[in-house]
Amino acid sequence: MVRAGRRLLSSLPALFGVLVFTFLLMRVLPGDPAVFFASGPNAGKEEIEQIRKQMGLNKSVPEQLVFYLSDIGHGNLGRSMMTGQPVLKDLRERLPASLELTFTALLIALIAAVPLGVLAALRPGSLVDHGVRMFCALGVCVPTFVSGLLLIYVFYYLLGLAPDPTGRIDVFTSLPPQRTGFLSIDFLLAGDIDGWWAACKQLILPAVSMALFVIAPLARITRASMLVSLGSDFVRTARSVGLSWRKVVITYALRNAILPVITIAGIVFSTMLGANVLVEKVFSWPGVASYALDALLSSDYAPVQGFVLLMASVFVLVNLVVDICYGIADPRVSIE
Amino acid sequence: MSEKLLSIDDLHVSFSTRRGMVEAVRGVTLAVEAGEMLGLVGESGSGKSVTGFATTRLLDSAGRVTAGKILFRGQDVTKLRGDDLRQLQGAAMSMIFQNPRAALNPIRAIGLQIADAILTHKRISKDAARAEALELLHAVQIRDPGTRMNAYPHELSGGMCQRVMIAIAISCNPALLIADEPTTGLDVTTQKVVMDLLADIAAARGMATILITHDLGLAARYCRRIAVMERGRIVEEASPKALFGAPQHAYTRRLVAASPTAVSRIEDLVTEEEREGYAAIVSKPRQELAAGTPPLLEVRKLAKRFDQGAAAVADFSMTMAGGESVGLVGESGSGKSTTSRMICRLIDPSEGDIVFDGQSIGHVAARDFHRSRLRKDIQMVFQDPNESLNPRFTAFDCIAHPLLRLDGLRAGNELRQRVNECAERVGLPLDLLPRFPHQLSGGQKARVGIARAIACRPRLLVLDEPTAALDVSVQAVVLQLLDRLRRENDIALLFVSHDLNVVRMLCDRTIVLRNGGIVEQGESRALFDNPKTDYTRKLVEAIPHFEAGPALAAAL
Repeated sequence: MVRAGRRLLSSLPALFGVLVFTFLLMRVLPGDPAVFFASGPNAGKEEIEQIRKQMGLNKSVPEQLVFYLSDIGHGNLGRSMMTGQPVLKDLRERLPASLELTFTALLIALIAAVPLGVLAALRPGSLVDHGVRMFCALGVCVPTFVSGLLLIYVFYYLLGLAPDPTGRIDVFTSLPPQRTGFLSIDFLLAGDIDGWWAACKQLILPAVSMALFVIAPLARITRASMLVSLGSDFVRTARSVGLSWRKVVITYALRNAILPVITIAGIVFSTMLGANVLVEKVFSWPGVASYALDALLSSDYAPVQGFVLLMASVFVLVNLVVDICYGIADPRVSIE
Repeated sequence: MSEKLLSIDDLHVSFSTRRGMVEAVRGVTLAVEAGEMLGLVGESGSGKSVTGFATTRLLDSAGRVTAGKILFRGQDVTKLRGDDLRQLQGAAMSMIFQNPRAALNPIRAIGLQIADAILTHKRISKDAARAEALELLHAVQIRDPGTRMNAYPHELSGGMCQRVMIAIAISCNPALLIADEPTTGLDVTTQKVVMDLLADIAAARGMATILITHDLGLAARYCRRIAVMERGRIVEEASPKALFGAPQHAYTRRLVAASPTAVSRIEDLVTEEEREGYAAIVSKPRQELAAGTPPLLEVRKLAKRFDQGAAAVADFSMTMAGGESVGLVGESGSGKSTTSRMICRLIDPSEGDIVFDGQSIGHVAARDFHRSRLRKDIQMVFQDPNESLNPRFTAFDCIAHPLLRLDGLRAGNELRQRVNECAERVGLPLDLLPRFPHQLSGGQKARVGIARAIACRPRLLVLDEPTAALDVSVQAVVLQLLDRLRRENDIALLFVSHDLNVVRMLCDRTIVLRNGGIVEQGESRALFDNPKTDYTRKLVEAIPHFEAGPALAAAL
């Protein structure tokens, strides 16, 4: 535990660097927020100047940075011009939506990718292997918004199985009391099975279209490390004493092969969380990524900076979790 | 005569490779009786391991038995499928492998691994299996077996891992145990303990054992019958006494001659016809150094501490004269490699000084020593000829590199001449120079490594186990080469090795290290014949020997 804490502390400088870098980047990007938030296209020069002064944009960049950093120190991420709410509140509302989607997608991806990789590794060069390779190639080639639209077309428009892709829950369902922020869990905690099912139905299509995209790397790494592990001396030992096929493949080979998959899953998770803006847009999912994109397009500095800080912190946390998982899975590793 | 437990009849095994089918075993016929220990010896590529793997049905998917039968208790093993096969593996025959640490599952506690094997063949509860596993750990003499049950392989030494492997192999009392190089890579003393244990267990449980090894001495010590394999065939089968006393086949004769014994000299290691020219060099007496000549190398109170740990080497002092050969022996962890690397100035000593040719070099940082003009006087030959050559350099580039860097030569005729000269001196055919390391054999790679080290005409050559990865016949040639280089060019050799027989032949003086300190030192022959400390005696006694009878000496 002490070590985990130390790890977190040591990542603070990196977080600080990210903060400063994003801040500067936003300042050099073209676009003047004051123009955007002026009353209209024909707002006069004085009005814009007035807004600039209000927002503190008339001060020099270093001065702005100092103000910004001291605000962050007080836990204040600023206010979004778009929504009119504090950024912290916006993010807190939207992060669970993103997390729920990403977790589900990762879970689906792992459940699909690990068996596929194992199957491919058990018979390298076979039809199964080539089939898996083709499936993975397709998953990577088709962009998530295309696969998302295809899924909507087939399951919503043609088959009518899925609900309309408009967010986390349809407007007529009453929301459960918020506990975790994950709708599917909150419904369960409230004992509302119908609501839970409705939330799951909304969740499944976007999660699958995100999962399709990351199955490929996960399946490939599973296949590769499974091949190494099947060819290793200890698997030969296991076979030499006649252990059952299941024991050899699952307990001996797969448990060793899963170690690099954990690392890749961590990386994939952080990437997905930030990069799933396309899926969020297609399914009108109220997540953080689409929020940040909207803010970026309207030169709304505070939400973008808040988003980047959030992503960086999530990345640090995910890495820590991966290392801890690794330490549990592999007795040779201790968390440094 | 008892019933044959295993009989292999005209076995052929082929591997499909990128260059087509390769026959690894071509017609092996072999029989093992219940309870006997058979030695299967041969050099790398002779097909001895493949024969073992074919018997236990553990060949990789590329390998196939193309002809012949393997009868185990009258049942043809090569035709077994599915459950029949699994009932055989582990329960009736099992295997022990080289490199014990890799052979155990790194992320599973050893107790569980033993229990896995037991549970496969016995219908008992998990607790009962655990109790049996504990008993097995007792049987293989692991100290404190109760706590070791939950240990992982990386927490155990190599010898310990091999005991665990033995425990797994004997867990279901098989009738046949195949041990594939079970002690290669272990220290001599550990080797003796493990082999004694294995022999005792096999005898106590009436298990037949096939000992697959490249070490003739080891096979001679533990087996009553030895089969010699060469290129996929068995060339000779006899009792150790007959085999070493009067080897019949030419290959066996060469192998027996190349295996160092307690009395062999370097010139004995190859047969008559290969020896030409060498005798003349050996017989030439070395010129005595004038009295009062300062030593070439003087090491004073050298010590090395790695961060916060105990000292890896402490208070190490020695001197070497020009052209002298000194052996540095000890078990793994004794600090011999660390010492040799400090003397080579590859790592920095924590304390003490190294004086080479009157100049103190101990305080030049290892990082900067490559700029010193003494760099080319101290060169090194590394243990693994495969790993120590740059895979993207041809043999020519490897040898030329130190000449370009240290001798200031430019690419051109002179360089080519020098490289050719080095290659000739180490007996490397010139047409091999454009080849890359993976296109060379182990012995050829070892020669490239030596040629690279002598390219700049060093005065001190430090050799870290230069022959450990080589077959005995290749080792014999490399040892002769080193001895000749020393005599012809007056190069001093510091020879680091765990193989005492080799050190005894090659070195004038020997230093025995243990836990980073000198235990004993002195003139080699005296030290080995009459060790003064218990530790040295234990080391010397652990070497497996075979007695080269008078008949053999006469034949040579």
